[in-house]
Amino acid sequence: MTEIFSDSAYMIESLPEVWFGLVVFALGVYLLLDGFDFGLGILFAEADESDREVLLAAFGPLWKANEVWLVLFGTVLFAGFPAVYANILSRHYLLVFAILFALSLRGLGSKLREERDDEEWIRFWNVCFVAGSVASPFLLGVFVASWVLGEPSAIAIGPLVVGATVVALSIVLGAAFLGVKTRGKLRDHVTQRGRQATGVYVGMFVLTAITLFVRYPGLHDVLLSASTAGIVVATIASAIGSVLAASRERYHGTFLGAAGLAAAFVVFVGTLLYPAIDPAAGLSIRDAVVSPLPLNMTTIFAAIFLPIIVGYFLFLYSLFSGPATPEQSYS
Amino acid sequence: MHASQPTSATDAVLAVLTTEIWPILAFLTPELASRIQFGWTITIHIIFAALSVGLAPFLVYFTVQEVRTGEQRYARLRKFWTKIFAIGFIMGTVTGIPMGFMFGTNFGAFSKTAGELIGGPLSFEAKMAFMMEAVFLGVLLFGRERVSGWFYALSSFMVALGAWLSAFWILVVNSWMQTPQGYEVVMEDGIPIAQLTDPMAAFFNPRFPWMYVHMQNAAVISVTLLIAGMAAYFVWKNRDSDVWKTALRATVVVLLVTSAFQAVHGDMYGRHVAETQPHKFAAMEAHYETGQADLHLIAIPTELESITDPRADNLYTISIPQLASFLAEGDPTAEITGLNDFEYESPPVAWVFWSFRIMVGLGFWFIALGAWGTYRLWRGGLADDDRLLKALMVSSPLGFVALITGWYVAEIGRQPWIIQDVLTTAEGVSPPVSGTEATLTLIAFVIGYVLLFGVFLHVLRRIIDEEASRHEVGIEEDEQPDSPGVIADD
Repeated sequence: MTEIFSDSAYMIESLPEVWFGLVVFALGVYLLLDGFDFGLGILFAEADESDREVLLAAFGPLWKANEVWLVLFGTVLFAGFPAVYANILSRHYLLVFAILFALSLRGLGSKLREERDDEEWIRFWNVCFVAGSVASPFLLGVFVASWVLGEPSAIAIGPLVVGATVVALSIVLGAAFLGVKTRGKLRDHVTQRGRQATGVYVGMFVLTAITLFVRYPGLHDVLLSASTAGIVVATIASAIGSVLAASRERYHGTFLGAAGLAAAFVVFVGTLLYPAIDPAAGLSIRDAVVSPLPLNMTTIFAAIFLPIIVGYFLFLYSLFSGPATPEQSYS
Repeated sequence: MHASQPTSATDAVLAVLTTEIWPILAFLTPELASRIQFGWTITIHIIFAALSVGLAPFLVYFTVQEVRTGEQRYARLRKFWTKIFAIGFIMGTVTGIPMGFMFGTNFGAFSKTAGELIGGPLSFEAKMAFMMEAVFLGVLLFGRERVSGWFYALSSFMVALGAWLSAFWILVVNSWMQTPQGYEVVMEDGIPIAQLTDPMAAFFNPRFPWMYVHMQNAAVISVTLLIAGMAAYFVWKNRDSDVWKTALRATVVVLLVTSAFQAVHGDMYGRHVAETQPHKFAAMEAHYETGQADLHLIAIPTELESITDPRADNLYTISIPQLASFLAEGDPTAEITGLNDFEYESPPVAWVFWSFRIMVGLGFWFIALGAWGTYRLWRGGLADDDRLLKALMVSSPLGFVALITGWYVAEIGRQPWIIQDVLTTAEGVSPPVSGTEATLTLIAFVIGYVLLFGVFLHVLRRIIDEEASRHEVGIEEDEQPDSPGVIADD
């Protein structure tokens, strides 16, 4: 116990790096889980009324819990690296509020469209739901890229390309999720869209890499490193695996492939950043990390609660596993 | 001049906005705009946060009773209030998530200084509480047919536990800012950093237990009044409603007990504030000159200025001499330091003074209302006393008013400090944020949350109308299990 609550040393020497890993992990889980929801919200745009009910039945029980991962990411960053939290949020002030606005539109749209029967009302909130589902991943991608690339302004070519890439990834994820959650024609259709989106995503990923190479000479070493090569291989392998599984109607395989794409993407984010954590302010992980006592303490909490949270999610997803049916909806 | 003449309605509006409105708003410094934005956000958020905290125990009660007795009236109450809980939870999320991010966007310097102290508790809140609430709410809303009755009841308990734990960690953060301890300030690159030295002392700081008990009980009172008011409305519409008479009976007793407790607890809490934050206590009584302080039981403004600048000489007051001295120090002749004698600027006194009076006044009204209802319950005729039912209906939202004004006393009253005696709010604002940016988002939040709240009230009204129309057609037959109408229920 004494070394745990010691204020002179981290309980393990590399604890700051472990927390950096935790920040990237939380971001990745958020990207994966809410990616299902964003993609579902984008595919919602072209679905007919009865299919929309199915989509919302798949969305309903899970999205709130998925969105909490964004808060978890924020607070893990805050607890480990408060200066970085303050810097990146205040530097991109308007962008952060735009993200929150887009997320609100998405959340409210899905709930409020059910609250009245007239067509105009439903149409209005449908538009909000779709617009929020497109804008959220785009703006999140722009934000994360501005952070990682140390861009003072979010309106730069690098962040914008990454934003579009994250939208494509969301469609891949949403389609893979719906491949498991739907049946029949709807399933065939979303799987088809998923295959197309996977192709687009791989193209966007390559475009992102080229853009970074051309625009950010400082990243040349990272981009030409073995880890980047591994990420590219993992991306291509996941994409091929996902598309092949889809054509053989192995929907869980498609799902795993899509998750592999998301994992490769977020590892790429972490690789670009490391060992810095706030490039624009010139802060490394070691510069920005809190002192040993608070980090040791939050580590103990995280060690206890992260497995519990994983348990919650396994439970929640298995409880609502199987094809979604509109009758599940509460009201 | 002719060139700039507005040519259309849109141009005219734009011209007014840029020449008339914008200069007025441009006086908003990043600090002031950030403070108003945070204050406004929490004004709306606290309604939904309190709704979660206060309603959760009632949901557990209805769900457990439903599972235990199998009675339909509890199922009805559970379904009705779960709908309201669900919409409230979404509103709470939409208004609450921005607040966590505003620590970084608007109060970045504060976040750097206090990060070691508040980052941990905020992450515990997300991991322990928010996550639990969100996951089990999914079960509560969509899983009634998928889990056993008892597991369903357990889920409602987990949601309640999540809501109460969430408030726990948030108030750990807030109370630490009011009575900070367990830290040591070191300078790093010219920035003061509060380093955590003793987590237990920091989390269980002197203010924490006062604040947690007072806040949670206030949330319960607010929701009790909300339920009582709605129950009164439905009973008034349909005297035979067994469902809503059940709710009415339970709530009047809860109201009496909780509001009486709140008065006693609040009195002791005031003494603690006088000890730890004397300038806040002085602002609550608009006490400017050091000396014995009277307690102004009732204060009526005699001129317009006494609203914006309340002072003993421009108010008509009914006061008890020296009582404030006695309450603060246990001695009627005790000297209470006046606002003029602090080394730093006073908080906005009018806000604190009037908020405190509204909160306390409403608190006494709630006790009276609870006593009246309990008396009627005891003597019979609770459902037939029209005047009582109407009083309950009118008072339905007032618990939230008391809660918001109480929060104003606590938060405006501690200004100019964001961390008492360590960092002022002005020093806590993010350096890179401009007044224009902060004003823009402030306007967006004001408009957005007004609309949001309007939508919430609209949805609430629809839920109420739907319930009322069930009464009108006399669907009160849920008790009979054989009735074919039951299947169509929801």
